[in-house]
Amino acid sequence: MITYLYAVGRDLERVPDVGSGGIAGGALRLVDEAGLQAVVSDVDREAFEDLEAHREDLAWLAEVARAHHGVVEAVGREHAVAPLALATVYLDDDRVRAVLRESRAEFAAVLDRVDGRDEWGVKAYVRPAAARSAAAGRPSSGAAYLRARREALREGDAAIAAAEREADAVDAAVAALAVEARRHPPQDRSLTGRSEQMVLNGAYLVERSATDELRRLVEELARDGSVDLELTGPWVPYSFAGRAS
Amino acid sequence: MNEPVRWTGSMPPTQGRQGGQAARAPGGTDLADILERVLDKGIVIAGDIQINLLDIELLTIKLRLVVASVDKAKEMGIDWWERDPTLSGGRHELEEENERLKDRIAALEQAQARPARRRKKVERAPEPEEEQ
Repeated sequence: MITYLYAVGRDLERVPDVGSGGIAGGALRLVDEAGLQAVVSDVDREAFEDLEAHREDLAWLAEVARAHHGVVEAVGREHAVAPLALATVYLDDDRVRAVLRESRAEFAAVLDRVDGRDEWGVKAYVRPAAARSAAAGRPSSGAAYLRARREALREGDAAIAAAEREADAVDAAVAALAVEARRHPPQDRSLTGRSEQMVLNGAYLVERSATDELRRLVEELARDGSVDLELTGPWVPYSFAGRAS
Repeated sequence: MNEPVRWTGSMPPTQGRQGGQAARAPGGTDLADILERVLDKGIVIAGDIQINLLDIELLTIKLRLVVASVDKAKEMGIDWWERDPTLSGGRHELEEENERLKDRIAALEQAQARPARRRKKVERAPEPEEEQ
């Protein structure tokens, strides 16, 4: 067995309450060192040594990802938390202690940055233009059809360009309310399950006291603007746990 | 926080738009979003066992696609595999089932082979008479 590291905090007194435990149902433990607590569990060494073999086992990986997230989120519910990237494993608890000592400053910096704050996601989608195609009516000839089709494509491109400009404005408005902001690449349609193109996939670190303000702002932006907005969160601040950038 | 830990919703219920692109159920968790964060973000620190992060990026895309389609199906109420022991349960059951099915196919093929030969003989029987 080896030690899987989920997250690091600094005011944890007991293991987080996760009904299903850690990866593969493993019992969670705290490793305390240098004023920090690491949340860990034992995992099967072979499974992680041979991650190559598991690469195609998507169900296994999805399960690991879910378990990882479940633990990190449970910690984040009551404490500032520094989430580790998936599959960070050590040979034993002593190695985890060494890492807590060595990287103490880095963990402390992340915990300072996220304390009292939540990550929120704002996504913007091009609003579908049902009216546009309906208004075109029945083409009188093949040439007219092609002309209308070209026109529709041009309008579609223009609509996307306009939506992208508006996405920049939405991002700027939300970022102004946030402590920090990141723009992730827009997700593909096959991921979102929506036919409309995503033009903004932003992550925002927001003071917990500003949550209502954020909700109001996004509602307002959605009401007044011409892109469809989606607000997700609060998230454990994964997007703001990396090295300062 | 006195609100649910995860809150997901469309903002706002889009004006007068109907059908098709269903808003995600509030409180529902989108695993594609989770994977985007769990696999791509978080503190990256060297572990004792090196995991190739370059390949994980590729993997993320694959995983997201699989999981997104599973979540989408669940949204539509298609979740039979969760109740199907051969799919949600252990591998062994599935392998045993597989073996049983293979045996059955073999038995069926043998049974099929015999009458088939007989039929051929019957068909061929008149041929010599025509040739003569």
